[in-house]
Amino acid sequence: MTKERRQILIFLFFAAAVLVIPFFLKGSYFLNVLVFIGINTMLAVALNLLLGYAGQISLGHAAFFGLGAYISGILTTRFPVDPWLAMMLAGFCAAGLAFVIGFPILKLKGHYLAMATLGFGIIMYIIFNETVGWTGGPSGLSSIPNLHIGSLFFDNDWNNYYLIWIFTLGIMLLSINLSQSRIGRALRAIHDSEVAARVMGVNVRILKVQIFTVSALLSAVAGSLYAHTMTFISPVAFGFNFSVELVTMVIIGGLGSIYGSFLGAAILTLLPELLRVFQDFDIVIYGLMLILITMFMPGGLISGIETLAKFVVSRIRGKQSNA
Amino acid sequence: MDSSRQLLQYILSGLSNGAIYALIGFGFAIIHNATGIINFAQGEFVMLGGMLTIFFLVFLHLPLGPAIVLAITIATLVGIAFERLTIRPLKNVKPLNLIIITIGASIFIRGAAMLIWGKDTHALPAFSGNDPLYIAGATILPQHLWIFGISVLIIILNKVFFNYTIIGKAMRACAYNSYAASLVGIDVKTMVLLSFVISSAIGSMAGIIIAPLTMTSYDVGIMLGLKGFCAVIIGGMSSGLGTILGGLLLGLLESLGAGYISASYKDAIAFIILLLILFIRPEGLFKKKETERV
Amino acid sequence: MLRLDGINKIFGGLTALEDVSLSVTRGSITGIIGPNGAGKTTLFNIVTGLYTQTSGQVYLGEKNISLFAPETLAGLGLVRTFQNVELFGQMTVLENVMVGLHTRSKSGIFSCAFKIPSQIREEKYIKEKGLKWLEFTGLADCADLTACNLPFGKGRLLEISRALAVEPQIILMDEPAAGLNSRETVELASLIRRIKELGITVVLVEHDMELVMDICESIIVLNLGKKLAQGTPREIQENPAVISAYLGEG
Repeated sequence: MTKERRQILIFLFFAAAVLVIPFFLKGSYFLNVLVFIGINTMLAVALNLLLGYAGQISLGHAAFFGLGAYISGILTTRFPVDPWLAMMLAGFCAAGLAFVIGFPILKLKGHYLAMATLGFGIIMYIIFNETVGWTGGPSGLSSIPNLHIGSLFFDNDWNNYYLIWIFTLGIMLLSINLSQSRIGRALRAIHDSEVAARVMGVNVRILKVQIFTVSALLSAVAGSLYAHTMTFISPVAFGFNFSVELVTMVIIGGLGSIYGSFLGAAILTLLPELLRVFQDFDIVIYGLMLILITMFMPGGLISGIETLAKFVVSRIRGKQSNA
Repeated sequence: MDSSRQLLQYILSGLSNGAIYALIGFGFAIIHNATGIINFAQGEFVMLGGMLTIFFLVFLHLPLGPAIVLAITIATLVGIAFERLTIRPLKNVKPLNLIIITIGASIFIRGAAMLIWGKDTHALPAFSGNDPLYIAGATILPQHLWIFGISVLIIILNKVFFNYTIIGKAMRACAYNSYAASLVGIDVKTMVLLSFVISSAIGSMAGIIIAPLTMTSYDVGIMLGLKGFCAVIIGGMSSGLGTILGGLLLGLLESLGAGYISASYKDAIAFIILLLILFIRPEGLFKKKETERV
Repeated sequence: MLRLDGINKIFGGLTALEDVSLSVTRGSITGIIGPNGAGKTTLFNIVTGLYTQTSGQVYLGEKNISLFAPETLAGLGLVRTFQNVELFGQMTVLENVMVGLHTRSKSGIFSCAFKIPSQIREEKYIKEKGLKWLEFTGLADCADLTACNLPFGKGRLLEISRALAVEPQIILMDEPAAGLNSRETVELASLIRRIKELGITVVLVEHDMELVMDICESIIVLNLGKKLAQGTPREIQENPAVISAYLGEG
């Protein structure tokens, strides 16, 4: 079986599992959690394109998530804009902003880039909090309308689940395609040796900005979906802590692995649910996870799983040839 | 008369905040010049200074002086542990991974602080009371005098240390060229450790002297750290005059901006300035442009 | 093919290159030699766009490429390899070479994400071409290995394969023989000859005198930032100024 065939099969299996799971779940609580996992997966995948592939750190990605949510929310509550159109505009605006600040910000490297994106994220958070006339400030923005296609309204857990996950699967598929293409190789080349990538003709500056823009666009779309399914948003969800959570998801799942982003998103969404006491320990645990995974398993949990899978398969093959 | 008094007030509070930013900035500069890395956790040492002092004061009922000394000592020990556990073992790690590890460490410290002391804000009592003095029509609190006094002291000690002591000169040598420094017998590893000791000590001191004026809590580290970083970027990553001017400039702009433009966007001002400097003149305003060597 | 006119490079107080002018004939194998610190790598970096000269011009054919960036130069057919082999360590050998085909392909983010037919065709083309170049340098059976796991000699060959995939007019190699054993050096020499047969101009900076004298048709000697001599291997070997530069005078 060729590598390509195997990858298509893995994705189909994953998609099938996603589409079928709701039938086996009892109660809307689980569906709700899975909806959150879906949104976080979209965000983690978007960040992974920038962080895992191109190797550019962003500590302010929650800002684009929030921007998408607020633009969608404002356009549909303060103005009579159709939610789908609002989503497109939200994505467009976030992409535009990313494109404009991308050029100066991505000239920075390493710690300076980290600080700059951190600063950007905080500026956006302050704006979300202070423009009370538009965003409702700390009390949030409510009564955001649901999305709908004709008479099919996405206003209950079941419909929301499929809405979110169709988008999530789509974004995962597009990202997987991208990672294995000419663009994906160019990004990974930038990550491994920027100077050699340039010498090979990769326009590093422009590609970094392009992927930053795509990443912002996807995050904003996720934000818009979040706004229309939750119907209520407030700045708290879009601050520095969430930006850090997103980086943690990408790192523990595995830099450069799309399925890893799903894994990271799932773990970080489930942990607070599984450990009620986790609430206070969350920051400490994130910090510890970042350190330990980066030091001891830089490929993230997905690489650990792959190694385990290879080990198991080789053992089985070994037994078969011995039998 | 009133508007000039108000202006004076803004200038005063801007300068005192600016002094703090400069001190925090020193911490960044000292570590960066010795190791080449940005200590993401610098802000957390500032936080630890204030929080630990309050802890010793309130829960152990120590008098102010010993509480401060103990707090600085413990913060410095945390700094040493940080250097030992995360920086020293990682000489050949990819830059991206190093950044993530330092971010992880700063989050860990902050999270631990939250676990130990909760999310509440706390007030550190002013060192010598709250009776204001009236000078030139402006209200100065005794704490402001403490801030200026201690800042000046630290600046002088800094200058003396780096320019007139053997160890200080050795550290500067490491900053310029650690390989050459090791060839002449300087123990680079010790210099690195020393840079962390000095930075965490200065940082925690800065946190202590500002705490009576601005409340302190487990998460003040982020903002103060970023603003200190902004100061040192304006100053061109120097552990001297450049950063002092950078900090004062930042404090003034922030204070005047908050007073005359908008109080709620006060924090945003510092970060907008940070972004502008990083975009337009990343080598800082007060440093001559250096030709890049091979 | 390649012409340098009065190149000066001053770093702060140090003059790394002083009024260096030279020319490289199309289709030749030219070597640049000189004692350590002569400015060879600085010259290379200027030609390949990584440094900017303080003054002087660089011409590729008729075109003035003096201020062009490396990525533009790749599109014009000028490519280089590095002294410390700069591989894309986390990618496979084949993927490394496929990056070399970046300028020979054009699918953008949208085409790649949505896998439109022209992108699928182009991807097939890139892969086939990549394998061809691996066969040319003898690395075909390493295609799926991770690049950072390659032994050093093969890593060098990979870097050359990658550069060849650009289908350049001229390839500049920075100390390609460094770290190679004698067998590998002989294989390198024959590879460089085969590259010349493809019509590609080769310029190399080298310390390995045997290799240089063996394959280079023209040799340029630099010393202390100045061009000392240019000529055939025999002429250079008999040039008294060159001899004293290497052995030192008094």
